[in-house]
Amino acid sequence: MTLTRNGIAYRVSLDLPKGGYVNLGIGIPTLIPNFLPEDTDISIHSENGILGVGPMAEPGTEDPDLVNATKEFVTLNPGATIFDHALSFTMIRGGHITHAVMGAIEVAANGDLANWSAPGEKVPGVGGAMDLAFGVQHLYIAMTHVTSKGAPKILNACRCPLTAPRCVQRIYTDMAVMDITPEGMMLREYAPGLDPEAVQEKTEPRLLVADDCRPMEIPERVNGVRLVAETAAS
Amino acid sequence: MIDKNVASCAEAVSDVFDGATIMIGGFGDPGVPGRLVEALREQGATDLCIIHNGAGGGDFSLGGLIQDGRVRKLVASFPSGTGSTAFRERYLSGDIELELVPQGTLSERIRAAGAGIGGFYTPTGVGTRLAEGKETRIINGREYVLELPLHADFAFIKAHRGDRLGNLIYRLAMRNFNPIMATAGKQVIAEIEELVPVGELPLEEIHTPGIFIDRMVEVPRLPQLFAPPKRGAAT
Repeated sequence: MTLTRNGIAYRVSLDLPKGGYVNLGIGIPTLIPNFLPEDTDISIHSENGILGVGPMAEPGTEDPDLVNATKEFVTLNPGATIFDHALSFTMIRGGHITHAVMGAIEVAANGDLANWSAPGEKVPGVGGAMDLAFGVQHLYIAMTHVTSKGAPKILNACRCPLTAPRCVQRIYTDMAVMDITPEGMMLREYAPGLDPEAVQEKTEPRLLVADDCRPMEIPERVNGVRLVAETAAS
Repeated sequence: MIDKNVASCAEAVSDVFDGATIMIGGFGDPGVPGRLVEALREQGATDLCIIHNGAGGGDFSLGGLIQDGRVRKLVASFPSGTGSTAFRERYLSGDIELELVPQGTLSERIRAAGAGIGGFYTPTGVGTRLAEGKETRIINGREYVLELPLHADFAFIKAHRGDRLGNLIYRLAMRNFNPIMATAGKQVIAEIEELVPVGELPLEEIHTPGIFIDRMVEVPRLPQLFAPPKRGAAT
């Protein structure tokens, strides 16, 4: 069994501390707020100058002056603040944002990240990804373990242009949770029904297995949302 | 009596010259001075260098200016939005130059220009393609790359309310790049939604003091613009 995209988001949500200041990238990370407990007091940061981003605006209630970094119409939580781009990136580059969760095209065993320029992409665009990768206190990656064609995304060395070298601390995928350590990539948890060998098969670098490595404790559903995929991993 | 307000967008942009460098505020749709850019399309200046986070969308405002073939170079962090069709077409045909800058470096280069700073060292980009060929330096054991200020002949910005002295207040996320661009252009032109008498803006809530503004034009927000816009609008 492997996790759904919601399952990956749920698993990340368990590791975000109360009172954290968190920037969420596009893709799987945008699902994380659905799983944060109500009393968490986590402030979601958006690069365009918002701290305290609330849920997406309901259709018909959108405010044309209120979008997030992916240009979706959002709401504000009580206590939210708005500021200009220079202060927004002061929060990022200055290490005030505690966590960023991003997707990735490739991650290397040493924590190198490539997620801004995909093979075959004709018009380049970097946005705030590099500033986040260099600046935040903890950089987590939430992604599928392999590409849509089944090729590993966790590699000995990145082949795509780097976003930042040696910046990733932890990777969450549909198969596993892994830490980047000075000794190498360390397997911490694997999806229910898998084992370390199954994760290794889909991972290019040699995985170290933590002494307390264990299956993830993850419910099949939360609030009716399926977290564990119905079909077995091939 | 100082009155920075001018009668029309056409008048506000009348002295933009061929080859000018122009900053355009906004991120997504909020805070884009779209009517000023439309007036610039009418005005005719060409061979422009535009500094903006994205590459505009559709055929309005910056997207239209690019589509008209008036932009020689774009300095941006995210010109690859799906709505930026005009830029995409001209970039792929080699008809427009791109300087790609990480978003935080873009905003800080603008801030540096406005603050009289000759450059700064940032960790962002070290060891990547975007720092190739740039001077680096180790400071306190960490490697940084030297980035230079971004100046402009003109800055087009947008604000919600303003008075004739040029004091401005932005609404919600329309602030983004606007206050820093207001400091970095030689001539700063503001499109404001509502002109109010001097003294009416709460003085502790003024985001951009009038010293930075050269002229401004009132463009009331149209009711239909306040209606729920469609999702996935221009970048």
